[in-house]
Amino acid sequence: MQDAATYSAPLGPQLPKTPTGIDGLDEITEGGLPQGRPTLVCGSAGCGKTLMGVEFLVRGILEYDEPGVLMAFEETADELAANVTSLGFDLQALQDQGKLRLDHVHIDRSEIEETGEYDLEGLFIRLGYAIDFIGAKRVVLDTIEALFSGFPNQAILRSEIRRLFRWLKDKGVTTIITAERGEGSLTRQGLEEYVSDCVILLDNRVIEQITTRRLRIVKYRGSTHGTNEYPYLITEEGISVLPVTSLKLAHEVSDEIVSSGVPALDEMFGRRGFFKGSSILVTGTAGTAKTTLAAAFAAEICRSGKRCLFFAFEESPQQLVRNMRSVGLDLNKYQEQGLLHIEASRPTLNGLEKHLVTLHKFIRDWQPEAVVIDPISNLITVGNITEVRSMLTRLIDFLKVNNITALFTSLISGRNIQQEMTEEGVSSLVDTWLSVRDLEGVGERNRGISILKARGMAHSNQVREFLVTDEGIRLLDVVIGPTGIVTGASRLTQQIKEQAEALANQQELERKDRELERKRRVLEATINNLRTEFESVEEELRQINHDELMRQQALRYNRQNIAGSSSPE
Amino acid sequence: MESDEQSEGAAHYVLHLYITGATPNSTRAVQNIKAICEQHLKSRYELLIIDIYQQPELAKQDQIIAAPTLIKKHPLPARRLIGDLSEHNKVLLALGLSPPPGPDSVHE
Repeated sequence: MQDAATYSAPLGPQLPKTPTGIDGLDEITEGGLPQGRPTLVCGSAGCGKTLMGVEFLVRGILEYDEPGVLMAFEETADELAANVTSLGFDLQALQDQGKLRLDHVHIDRSEIEETGEYDLEGLFIRLGYAIDFIGAKRVVLDTIEALFSGFPNQAILRSEIRRLFRWLKDKGVTTIITAERGEGSLTRQGLEEYVSDCVILLDNRVIEQITTRRLRIVKYRGSTHGTNEYPYLITEEGISVLPVTSLKLAHEVSDEIVSSGVPALDEMFGRRGFFKGSSILVTGTAGTAKTTLAAAFAAEICRSGKRCLFFAFEESPQQLVRNMRSVGLDLNKYQEQGLLHIEASRPTLNGLEKHLVTLHKFIRDWQPEAVVIDPISNLITVGNITEVRSMLTRLIDFLKVNNITALFTSLISGRNIQQEMTEEGVSSLVDTWLSVRDLEGVGERNRGISILKARGMAHSNQVREFLVTDEGIRLLDVVIGPTGIVTGASRLTQQIKEQAEALANQQELERKDRELERKRRVLEATINNLRTEFESVEEELRQINHDELMRQQALRYNRQNIAGSSSPE
Repeated sequence: MESDEQSEGAAHYVLHLYITGATPNSTRAVQNIKAICEQHLKSRYELLIIDIYQQPELAKQDQIIAAPTLIKKHPLPARRLIGDLSEHNKVLLALGLSPPPGPDSVHE
């Protein structure tokens, strides 16, 4: 999926390489197979050796315009063409265009009689003729070991094979030689001693009833290469070697925010949601509404008109839609709008690599904004922890590189709830980690959600109780009791207690009000009395004043009368 | 041709010898087959010598791998003899001709 050319640009002169065009192989070989040299591809039956050879040729023709020759010792040209038709390779058309030559070498031991000295010049001539005829740059010898069954003289055969490889090198063609895996050695006939440049080992192994194919570069002279065993798949588009993603942590990051689909949960994050392109892990024990959280996120993505891909490993799409309807999430609507795609399969249906490739293929074809995988813990049933982990690492890398927000759910063991670790050990890979858990109180379980980490964002440290209601997930306010956060029935008890206290307080207040009123009335009465008393005193004083005035007037009058009467008399 | 193939006395032989130029093996093979034919199949054989250096497309067509290769096209069954044909007894056996008496009659 990524251009092979991007991997082969290190400093300094490099061994010239021929890109194979095979998905992922050019990445681990850091550019392709050694140019103009033979490469040995060995593996047991059913590994896809022939297919790898054919794909090498076909991609060479289609993508790099390098004609190729296929010399088949086991299958006829028609058989080969028929076998790869299902992969969309039209060998006949390529032959007609003069880009490809198929040469089936038929060896029948019963027809052959050795009658003296000989060599395999016939093979050289055929090959040389085919190469020169179309100007081939690539050659595949499909299971040259078939020669060993036809020619009993090992000494001649071995020296001729050695000569053949030398000759191919001199011709400057990049060659793939396939060989059957031998007991205790790479190839049954020890061909690896003749091919010293590059040896690729294909392996087909069954672990716990699940087949996984693996590829390893045993050696690559003059070049660095990936040394691990890489899983590979034979898909409908040919061979796909994983990883198909960048191995470097150099992806672009986004500063955009996407909502979690639960408004109150968004509030717990400093930036009101997740970073776009980040990976979010939701862990929890059974029945802690992980899927509901995941579906809420998916619905939110769809609601904003973006596409979301939902991988369900536990439920069928119909079941998921029905179940989510019960919490007020109408996924069906988004499915009809083409915004949501639910891809459901049992993890055990395929090997891990197959799942990964399915994911890749969907993501590549569908270009979603967000991906939900529910749950990743189920994948453990198809591989061991290391494999699952490496798969998830690759997946997370892939999603990050493509700036796709990913939400994974993971079931953690109920036994060891304190151990806040996912079995897959991916917690260090994700950016945001939500933990949902049972808060088990007296005789009941409640659900609590907390943020264990959120890279690059402030976040709440509280464990919030939440309810799954008809309208979706609802986070409840934090209620602090005497012993910390209280939930469920304790929360109710606490609330009732608080209500009772409030009532009592109210009553006390009312009582005090009444008391005050009474006092006020008593005081008012007293004031009235005093006022009355004051009025009577005032009245009395006024009377006294008046009397005094009257008395003085009378006195003055009398005095005048006395003066008047005394003078005339 | 119409005669009984089991009785090699009468059968007509069609032999194709594929050689690679003038290499020692090829030269020896040509000499050897000519000698055998003259000795055992006098005037009832048809020998075609093909240099696959000259006609490489025939190598593919006739499924030639080793050189030199002698193909007995007729009488049936077809046989392929590879090598320089120096082991006369083997050659005669493969061609369906009875070897001359004696354990080690012909060599080189």
